[in-house]
Amino acid sequence: MAYDYTPFPFVAPPGLSAPEPRHKVAIVGAGPIGLAMAIDLAQRGVPSVVLDDNNVVSVGSRAICWAKRTLEIFDRLGVGERMLEKGVTWKVGRNFHGHDEVYSFDLLPEDGHKYPAFINLQQYYVEQYLVERVQDFPDLIDLRFKNAVIKHEDYGDHVVLTIDTPKGNYHLEAEYYLACDGANSATRTRMGLDFTGQTFQEQFLIADIEMEQSPFGDHPVPERWFWFDPPFHPGKSALLHAQPDNIYRIDLQLDVDADGRAESDPDRVIPRIKAIVGDKPFRLDWVSVYKFRCIKLDRFVHGRVIFVGDSAHVVSPFGARGGNGGIQDVDNLGWKLAAVLDGTAPAKLIDTYHDERSHGSAENILNSSRSTNFMTPKTPIEALFRAEALKLAKDQPFARRLLNSGRLSLPCSLAGFALQTPGTAPVLPGAPLLDAPLRDGNRDTWLVAELQGRFTLVGFDAVTLPQVDGVDRVVIGGAQDGCRRFEDPTGLALGRYGAARVYLIRPDGHICAAFGPAPSAAEIAAALARAKGTTAATERAIA
Amino acid sequence: MSRTIAADNLSPVQDEFYAALMQAHEGLSEPQSHALNARLVLLMANHIGALDDLRALLTTARSYADE
Repeated sequence: MAYDYTPFPFVAPPGLSAPEPRHKVAIVGAGPIGLAMAIDLAQRGVPSVVLDDNNVVSVGSRAICWAKRTLEIFDRLGVGERMLEKGVTWKVGRNFHGHDEVYSFDLLPEDGHKYPAFINLQQYYVEQYLVERVQDFPDLIDLRFKNAVIKHEDYGDHVVLTIDTPKGNYHLEAEYYLACDGANSATRTRMGLDFTGQTFQEQFLIADIEMEQSPFGDHPVPERWFWFDPPFHPGKSALLHAQPDNIYRIDLQLDVDADGRAESDPDRVIPRIKAIVGDKPFRLDWVSVYKFRCIKLDRFVHGRVIFVGDSAHVVSPFGARGGNGGIQDVDNLGWKLAAVLDGTAPAKLIDTYHDERSHGSAENILNSSRSTNFMTPKTPIEALFRAEALKLAKDQPFARRLLNSGRLSLPCSLAGFALQTPGTAPVLPGAPLLDAPLRDGNRDTWLVAELQGRFTLVGFDAVTLPQVDGVDRVVIGGAQDGCRRFEDPTGLALGRYGAARVYLIRPDGHICAAFGPAPSAAEIAAALARAKGTTAATERAIA
Repeated sequence: MSRTIAADNLSPVQDEFYAALMQAHEGLSEPQSHALNARLVLLMANHIGALDDLRALLTTARSYADE
């Protein structure tokens, strides 16, 4: 059954009748990024007003592949388990050349993680769940549909927005303006910011079909299937994904000079689908034609205007690095903005959001550009190398790993950036937390879920954790008065982090410092100050 | 013809290498690219040096010619 796009009601905002008090944060755009941003801030007690020019969730499934790290962040925001339950879990990608399978990869070959490598879930469900989660914060999140921001002006300590509604225009002031308004960001256009990068000439047709019988045949477990030169679409590439509600996503590479509008016509699309699924009955749910772009802004932070998600960076979709990269932006910015607003960190901490996420975005763009280049050879020589790599891949392991149908989203390391204290440990400073099963008395729980969200000092096995203001203390596989305590029933936590090790974890789940078994309070305080951008050294480093 | 299945020595830098290889060809005509490939084979042969290894590589590469 097709998704029911019930519009959200328009409620006349107070600003239409009288000036509103200055808001802390205005979030422009109520897609996955804007909504997640509002929830993250609300969980830290920071109120926001969310403005969206539309009044329905995403039309079409759009972003469907949500990576493990994103699900861990959604878990913290209170929607991860719901998404996992509804989504289609997968971890294996299978590459074909013509009729033959040439290579498969397992994105999470080990046990002991709460969330899988990936789920597929239509963006409209993700937005619906986030909107419903927003309702849990009636005093902190003011979500306004049919409120189109048509102008904004940065006054240095606040931004003035002009907003168009069905009942007329009004003005609104906010201390910070978060542009979560997507790849075609009107905010970015108004500011005249350069947004040029690599645009690929190839076009892709994306089609969602609903069908009872699986196009994967009798294959028992959902996977990601990719074809180089498939028999049903010769000379091009194709991708197949399973989504909830018996919806399947098919991506087909088109000719460079294809007419996008003509190709979206169901009369053209349906024969292409029939070539894949044969006579099995199906319903065409959604069609779109797109070109790849790999672009990012030079600066994500412009005074009081901060770009988050696709407004700051776009990548080609092969690799699922768009929506997942955006949710990591939210994770990185939320705690920093909250700390700056409540005065516990200097305003410059916001600049480290640019440093760290611009780095993450560059890594995503590099990976997705390489995948796109491999999938769409531009010259006869590129095509020749690819054809021979495919030939060798039949039995040469090295050649299998050259086949690039998308290197799927992984969180980047933040090692080497100013907020991290360099050090050595089994999990290095800068790395995101690795999950592991934990037990608290009779309750089974998970390491990432217990440690992320706030600054946490965690020790494994025989450790002594000093008390430092603003830092939660956790001992795993050991015990200490005044600390939260978990058992390590499988030994995986100690195996992954090492015995007699202590780590300081940032609120976004990245390790910012590592220590031996008994660090001093002064060492912890110094690493904490550095991670919050409050030490002189850090201020110099990020100046 | 006997074919050697080699251990994977390239990962995890395979994507970086492949991108660099494509970049080396950028802007060349097709004949220029084939010439570059020939030079590259000779340079790599010199780098490897050991004749037995080179013969095995030649045999392995040739074994795919008719597939």
